[in-house]
Amino acid sequence: MAATQPAEDLDASLTRNFPPKRRRFATYIQRTWPLHVLLLPAVIIALIYSYVPMLGIVIAFQDYVPWLGIRESEWVGLDHFRYLFTYPDAKQVIFNTLIISSMKIVLHMIVPVVFALLLNEVRLSWFKRSAQTLVYLPHFLSWVVLGGIFVDILSIRGGIVNRFLSMFGIDPIFFLANGDWFRATIVLSDIWKDFGFSAIIFLAALAGVNPALYEAAEIDGANRWKQVIHITLPSITPIFIVVVTLSLGRVLDAGFDQIFNMYNPLVYAKGDIIDTFVYRIGLLGAQFSFATAVGLFKSVIGFILIVISYRMAYKWANYRIF
Amino acid sequence: MHYRSTSYTIFSIFNYLLIAVLSLLCILPMIHIFAVSLSSKAAATANIVNFWPVELTFAAYKETLGNENFLRALMIGVQRTLMGTAFSMSVVLMAAYSLSKSDLRFRGRNIYAWFFVFMMLFNGGLIPTYLVVSSTGIYDTIWALIIPSAVNVWNMILLLNFFRNLPSELEEASLIDGAGHFRTFFLIYLPVSMPAVATMTLFTLVFHWNSWFDGIIYLTKMDKYPLASFLHTIVVKENFSEVGVDVTRLAEISNRTVKSSQIFIGALPILLVYPFLQKYFVKGIVLGSVKE
Repeated sequence: MAATQPAEDLDASLTRNFPPKRRRFATYIQRTWPLHVLLLPAVIIALIYSYVPMLGIVIAFQDYVPWLGIRESEWVGLDHFRYLFTYPDAKQVIFNTLIISSMKIVLHMIVPVVFALLLNEVRLSWFKRSAQTLVYLPHFLSWVVLGGIFVDILSIRGGIVNRFLSMFGIDPIFFLANGDWFRATIVLSDIWKDFGFSAIIFLAALAGVNPALYEAAEIDGANRWKQVIHITLPSITPIFIVVVTLSLGRVLDAGFDQIFNMYNPLVYAKGDIIDTFVYRIGLLGAQFSFATAVGLFKSVIGFILIVISYRMAYKWANYRIF
Repeated sequence: MHYRSTSYTIFSIFNYLLIAVLSLLCILPMIHIFAVSLSSKAAATANIVNFWPVELTFAAYKETLGNENFLRALMIGVQRTLMGTAFSMSVVLMAAYSLSKSDLRFRGRNIYAWFFVFMMLFNGGLIPTYLVVSSTGIYDTIWALIIPSAVNVWNMILLLNFFRNLPSELEEASLIDGAGHFRTFFLIYLPVSMPAVATMTLFTLVFHWNSWFDGIIYLTKMDKYPLASFLHTIVVKENFSEVGVDVTRLAEISNRTVKSSQIFIGALPILLVYPFLQKYFVKGIVLGSVKE
């Protein structure tokens, strides 16, 4: 059937009919130049604003002075990295990043799955739809807006949360001014914002389970709990593995937008993370080279982790991005 | 059968309750802020407002919408969102069309693809990016918020997967009939991809409306800030003197109610597009995961 022959074969056979090399290149250009042109704007922007900054990383090995530029600034080798690993603040910042992001990763692993499983047991469809409408909403609000809201409701002077706790005789809690409470607040508010949205992918997987499986199990005498264990859970295991492995790749991202909008000098000791640290010393403190070195440290580790996690996701669950 | 067992009924009751509580928890903070913004100064400072306005008044909204600095930021926010979305979507759609061709038909396609994927995995970091933006002539203009973030690789991948799953007969027929790639893209691919394009457009709109950090680092003066950056500065940093809020007026109108009204106006556009978003985003997420 000529009509349904894949376009690839058609084209490949056409190209093969022109053996001389120069002719072949001319044909290639003639056939594909519009495709190159369509890619051009994206390529130019990516080159300037993503690839040139990657070259700019060299200032991590310099003592960069803006008015001297990259060519004139002094080279200092690995001095900034040595400083990074001996400077106590920097070590604390790396530790904070790891502890906050690992708490987030663990909770993001559990809460959305449990929520999806519970929602899957809801039979009333209007109830299910309304719940979904409400829990997806916070995902779309920015941390500027939510930071403003949280600062207000968590205030110790009459914030609604502390007023609610006082009904049970609990003294006001310094959610955003005490380091340990700050970490807990950051982690919990992050879960609050995204658990619903993260559950979507599991709900999609649950909706795809063949109902005949449940019917068969029921006839065989399995109760609902047994059905969940033997049918529902195995059906979402592949997507669960993908989500978990991919989240491991972001272990150095503790959530700049969120922390930057919620922290204050009182909690720097326990709440300062790599990204906020880079911003403060780099852009506010104008230590361009040291900040770049810290950023490079993060980018390199992050790159390695993401590549590993994609490979694992591909290996275990056959996941690929395109 | 099992739906009628006693243990399952008990579980169901608790389950419905738990989900109802969780769902309410997701919007109560917003409702509280809205209620505070509509309450009187006295009620707000006495901390008696819960989820319903006490002594209903629109004074805070009058103050906020009468503040020309706030209005200017609002207009810049709208402008940035519309321009940024149009620009980013054009760039991303064109690239996604080319990348949706197989490597056999478009040799070099894989090189381009890896060029973009690498951007997603690695970046130069904050400082080098800042130094590049500040030396390319767009620094301190609205373009600094539009151009550097335009190539959204994730959107590009979702769209190219969508294009790839369109029947190849569409393209063959179009090319055989003598249309070039440009016409095939504009007249065939774009019209049949409207659901995917709409989804990505909504996501990009939300992204631009919510972006605040680039405004803070790439713009030097507050009177050029879009609303999100402006809100960060006044709501989170409480930098009132810089924004030109009249301090004597503040005594009359509670700082807290004004702040709440500003936060609510900042969230309002998202709440307005949310019904459309919800219609599309489930599709949008599934969009990227269907592969052949």
